[in-house]
Amino acid sequence: MYLINRLRKYGIFVVFIIISLILSFISPQFLTVSNWTIIITQASINALLAFGVTFVIITGGIDLSLGSMVAVTGVTAAMLAHPDTFPVALPIFAGLLTGLLMGIFNGFIITKSKIAPFIVTLGTMTIGRGLALILSKGRPVSNLSDSFNFIGGGDVFGIPFPIIVLIIVFIICSLILKKTLLGRYIYAIGGNEQASRASGINVNQVKMAVYSISGLLAGLAGVLLTSRITTGQPNAGAGFELDAIAAAVIGGTSTSGGTGTMTGTLVGVLLIGVINNGLDLLNVTSYYQQVVMGIIIIGAVVLDSWNQKSNS
Amino acid sequence: MSSNPQNILQVQNLSKAFLGVKALDNIQFDLQKGEVHALMGENGAGKSTFMKILMGLLKPDSGEIIFEGEVLKSNNVHENLQKGISMIHQEILVVPELTVAQNIFLGRETNYRSWLNDKAINQKAQEILDLIGVKINARTKIKNLSIAEMQMVEIAKAISNNAKVIIMDEPTSALTDNEVAMLFKIIKDLKAKGVAIIYISHKMDEIYEITDRITVLRDGQYIATKNTNELDKNALIALMVGRQINDLFLENNSIKGESILSVQNLNKKGKFKDINFEVHAGEVLGIAGLMGAGRTEIARAIFGLDKYDTGEIIIKGNKVEIKSPEDAIKNGIGYVSEDRKALGFIPALSIKENISLSSLGNFVKTWFVNVSNEHEAATRLATDLKIKSTSINQKVMTLSGGNQQKVVIGKVLLTSPSLVILDEPTRGIDIGAKFEIYKLINQLTDKGIAVILISSELPEILGMSDRIMVLSKGKQTALLLKQEATQETIMQYAVH
Repeated sequence: MYLINRLRKYGIFVVFIIISLILSFISPQFLTVSNWTIIITQASINALLAFGVTFVIITGGIDLSLGSMVAVTGVTAAMLAHPDTFPVALPIFAGLLTGLLMGIFNGFIITKSKIAPFIVTLGTMTIGRGLALILSKGRPVSNLSDSFNFIGGGDVFGIPFPIIVLIIVFIICSLILKKTLLGRYIYAIGGNEQASRASGINVNQVKMAVYSISGLLAGLAGVLLTSRITTGQPNAGAGFELDAIAAAVIGGTSTSGGTGTMTGTLVGVLLIGVINNGLDLLNVTSYYQQVVMGIIIIGAVVLDSWNQKSNS
Repeated sequence: MSSNPQNILQVQNLSKAFLGVKALDNIQFDLQKGEVHALMGENGAGKSTFMKILMGLLKPDSGEIIFEGEVLKSNNVHENLQKGISMIHQEILVVPELTVAQNIFLGRETNYRSWLNDKAINQKAQEILDLIGVKINARTKIKNLSIAEMQMVEIAKAISNNAKVIIMDEPTSALTDNEVAMLFKIIKDLKAKGVAIIYISHKMDEIYEITDRITVLRDGQYIATKNTNELDKNALIALMVGRQINDLFLENNSIKGESILSVQNLNKKGKFKDINFEVHAGEVLGIAGLMGAGRTEIARAIFGLDKYDTGEIIIKGNKVEIKSPEDAIKNGIGYVSEDRKALGFIPALSIKENISLSSLGNFVKTWFVNVSNEHEAATRLATDLKIKSTSINQKVMTLSGGNQQKVVIGKVLLTSPSLVILDEPTRGIDIGAKFEIYKLINQLTDKGIAVILISSELPEILGMSDRIMVLSKGKQTALLLKQEATQETIMQYAVH
């Protein structure tokens, strides 16, 4: 009984292990260091977005503008990253700042207007896409410096740079959520916003913070992606927000707010990565991959709702 | 037990256990046609388990329920409803966007036509509403009704089901005095028509006004059934708690000190007008008045939950601007809301996390919350307040109403307030927990904390307060000393 309860609690982690085991039996290439390096490197963009949106979803909100922010920030960074122009820090900083500003904009509108985050970020999603096309005049921005391209393509002691970024961001986000005042307030607001306000929490400040973090991480993802594909693509990132939300939800974050963990989201991200990778190795076409992914998202939520019922 | 032909419902030796813990042990109960039968007991006595079994929501482990001479076998909600057992829930279950008629016939629309026929159900619903003498148009949307009117709709729904037994769980908890009177008139009419009512309430006055017999449960056991007019209040309390509580209200002997809060000419259009009062260290100021008199609105304004139009709030001699609960807490004000669920606690967080929520900033070292200090502080309060739980990490949603209230009080106390506003602190909690809250109020005043006590229960206000402010329709009609206040004088000023 104890074991079953444990398994339930870590349900999605167990699913992750089982799927990995099955894949390693079916495909000999699956369980190799080089393959896992690829999986994690590819998952790193989604991971950054998913960590950001986890904060947002726990407060009971949503951020649909992530994909567009990836495009705007990527194009912004690319335009400043041509060889022999500025030091590499500038395009990185500009990308992060653009993301942060867009996040602040989301937070500002949501807290001041009291319009549902779904609607506000749906708006910024469209605005962002437009901005990316305006900035780049609708064309990919290429010819980027080698030092800029290192961020997404280089490695340190054999570890790809995106994986290092992912690990650092994961640790920081986990610490914020688990150990800081902000983290506790994020859970409180998602659990009962009115009672949080009555307990003296500055609810608007906390909401501003989560949308800003979400924007900042989208900026980082934008820089990383642009560097990896060595081009600033105004059409990049379309649909990324849905993958990020899916990863958070698969990892146990409830869309009604109040619950969720960074570890869960990380497992969700890796599960999506492993499944895509495994289906690639098995030569399953991308059409079928989408069907499988959809089934897994629904399955994860069903599993989660069973858990919640058995807990209460 | 012989079966009496007058009995519409007879319950014999009913038992139910959850995970080996007996929630109901050998319950006996009988209900006669046309009687109002009170079911009394503290929280956790087994009342709601018993009602759930009667409704068919739970299956008993053993025992029999005999309804109209026939043993109820299936125990399923739908069938019990059809046979005539209905329940008016404490939290009203209606669909706000549908009309009164649509709500009354929700789930049974096709009884009238195979296509939806609003005309037929409107007519039928109106007949029922007229029958019980309620002036509500069946075509009105539920969201435009008051809570009392929604309750009337629920009763109409029960009648439309040909209910022979109606269970009412705390039906008056959200009603004004006029609405209570209206409800009681309907109950009397139903009685005359032979409907039997099981009435659950914590309010003693109502029990004595409306019920014929009283059955008491305690700790899942059947204790006694008595005629209401043969059982006095103290004897009833003794049956419920299993001991005698002679002095429910304790004498407050603390010495009154400096002025903590002074409110001057506080106004909010449509809510309250020209409110002036002062509370001193170690003093309890009671605020009495009918529902809608502006009591909670004043408390919310002082605590920064709502804005006020004009006036001044002075704390310990300094004029302060309170724009949010955050400001209020910084100024040493704590507020325990009447609406525990909405404003009191975060259900999915633990006892510890709820208790520390308002003062978490004090536990931060450099960047992180110092968990062991937090744990220590929360444990101290949970122990002081005798919060019953398996662990301090238990989620608050799993606690009983009384314990949830203690968690909210713990949260307020951890902020070291100099003024605590308690808004209906004992609503919906059992008599044992009530007594503990009264004791706590005295402990607060002993420490020199000022207390504002808002309550609809006059004995509570009279028993606990040093001075009593009475409000009527948003205006301050009296400020009475304890010695000059009686239930009668307060009521006179309250209806001023």
